[in-house]
Amino acid sequence: MLTAAEIEDGLDDAMKEHVKRVIDIDKLSLTFQTNDGPVHALSDIDLKIDEGDFVSFIGPSGCGKTTLLRVIADLEQPTAGSITVNGVSPQEARLNRAYGYVFQAAALYPWRTIAKNVALPLEIMGLSRAEQQDRIARNMELVNLAGFEKKYPWQLSGGMQQRASIARALAVEPDLLLMDEPFGALDEIVRDHLNEQLLQLWAKTNKTVVFVTHSIPEAVFLSTKIVVLCPRPGRIYDVIESDLPRDRNLDIRESPEFLKIAHRVRDGLRAGHSYED
Amino acid sequence: MTDTTLSSPRTNLSPFAGLMSGTVGPVTVVVLAILAIWYIAAAALNTPFQQDMYERAGQEHVQFTQLIADTWAQERPVLPAPHQVVVEIWNTTVEKKITSKRSLIYHSSITLSSTLLGFLIGTTLGILLAVGIVHSRVLDKSLMPWIISSQTIPILAIAPMIIVVLNAIGVSGLLPKAMISTYLSFFPVTVGMVKGLRSPEVIHMDLMHTYSATRVQAFWKLRLPYAVPFLFTSMKIGMAASLVGAIVGELPTGAVAGLGARLLAGSYYGQTIQIWSALIVAAILAGSLVALIGIMEKVALKRMGMAQ
Ligand SMILES: Nc1ncnc2c1ncn2[C@@H]1O[C@H](COP(=O)(O)OP(=O)(O)O)[C@@H](O)[C@H]1O
Ligand SMILES: [Mg+2]
Repeated sequence: MLTAAEIEDGLDDAMKEHVKRVIDIDKLSLTFQTNDGPVHALSDIDLKIDEGDFVSFIGPSGCGKTTLLRVIADLEQPTAGSITVNGVSPQEARLNRAYGYVFQAAALYPWRTIAKNVALPLEIMGLSRAEQQDRIARNMELVNLAGFEKKYPWQLSGGMQQRASIARALAVEPDLLLMDEPFGALDEIVRDHLNEQLLQLWAKTNKTVVFVTHSIPEAVFLSTKIVVLCPRPGRIYDVIESDLPRDRNLDIRESPEFLKIAHRVRDGLRAGHSYED
Repeated sequence: MTDTTLSSPRTNLSPFAGLMSGTVGPVTVVVLAILAIWYIAAAALNTPFQQDMYERAGQEHVQFTQLIADTWAQERPVLPAPHQVVVEIWNTTVEKKITSKRSLIYHSSITLSSTLLGFLIGTTLGILLAVGIVHSRVLDKSLMPWIISSQTIPILAIAPMIIVVLNAIGVSGLLPKAMISTYLSFFPVTVGMVKGLRSPEVIHMDLMHTYSATRVQAFWKLRLPYAVPFLFTSMKIGMAASLVGAIVGELPTGAVAGLGARLLAGSYYGQTIQIWSALIVAAILAGSLVALIGIMEKVALKRMGMAQ
């Protein structure tokens, strides 16, 4: 007895046999028990993410974007439904060091220099000194922080701190990057620059990226798939497959295709909102 | 922006305000005030005895200035004047050989050694207890009430028992006194370290979780560095408490050496000047020890990159 959805899934799988499924979320819900009663942060989420996808979660604040990302990272436990990461439970995936997580704040350790901060996960993984040095140099270079190795976090601007935290996540060399509004606090110019760098990195390495944002242009510019969420209870309103070329630069933001997708995202956000009122 | 540069703050202030602007100024003012109050109190408290003396000697119509001068120069005053204490400290430190039984340096070193031993044991014990409490719910629930209630027992009541019990099982000398210092100093260290080890921000703990760090790794790489400032603060309190413990530990044993012994001997023979000089030396000792930890704190935090 197969349901229509399951058959569709099966067809989907058959067609994309060569592509690895990285994240598979099925009827997932998460309710926080608080003193003011239950908060339905996530409700009935179905989502599939394949290797090489760049997926953005977009939605008004409080719609569960961070919570969903934290569930994937095994930082929160769902109350219903199922989720696999690389075919195993999030916990197992975490223990396999399947992902790198970039928090909304840089979360650097104040008593460590920038290089030492990047080294932190590498020390925990027990890598050799030489390997650590190699990865630190490579990833600091990648985020344009070469030369700031010996500085302490407080000596750097907010943008540089956030870049250091990205270098720290990349140094783990995960195939899956989970990023929670990493550029949210940065100004427009820095954000554009980092978006381009991130896109280049993604195109070069075939990593899978799950990216939380509340900026429509950012979501459309970066993503192959845009997931529009809406609040109370947090749920998926729309999933938009982007047909923009993988190889893109900032100019694409003026193109009609870009604007069309941006329009659909905006409609989704608006509809998700008015649903409530 | 510019109005800070418009009025130079130093030009139109009174000399007194200038005096109060640094740290030396206020400290000097406070010290002078304390000295003035002390001299006045000494004169007032010592006057009745002085007038008895005049009566006995048949002296009448003593001038007021003479009376004041005499109240500041008694041999066993109720409250000695500051300069009498200073002279006594000078005579029993600089002027005496360190080996002399009347040397305050000798007595201080006795008290200091049990203070330091007790502090060392107390700090170690405090850190170990805190590590256990932070990592185990069972220890948290079972130990914390005992640790807190241990401090509600007055030290003066428990000190003789500790000394007597330890003597009975053959432990004597430095260790029993140090135990009392330990008893007083482990508490602030335990409480401070528990707070410190629990102080890492949630996001930093989450980061450790995403790395699948073990508890041991999280301890060394996150909890312990976070706790360092807490450790130094509680060590300052613990050090002062240790000194009190060492002095209190010298009282019930009828010890013949140590600052506590000096206090005891002083009160036996009504040697108030001796009592006060022992007190002042104890205070100086406590201040220096706490300042020493303060310096260690500065150096440690600077090396950790946390002092900006
Ligand atoms: N630990 C928690 N305990 C209780 N409620 C929470 C917790 N974390 C998030 N929430 C609630 O869940 C909802 C979704 O939060 P979040 O995922 O942070 O939203 P977003 O990242 O989209 O702004 C919000 O209503 C928030 O208040
Ligand atoms: Mg969020």
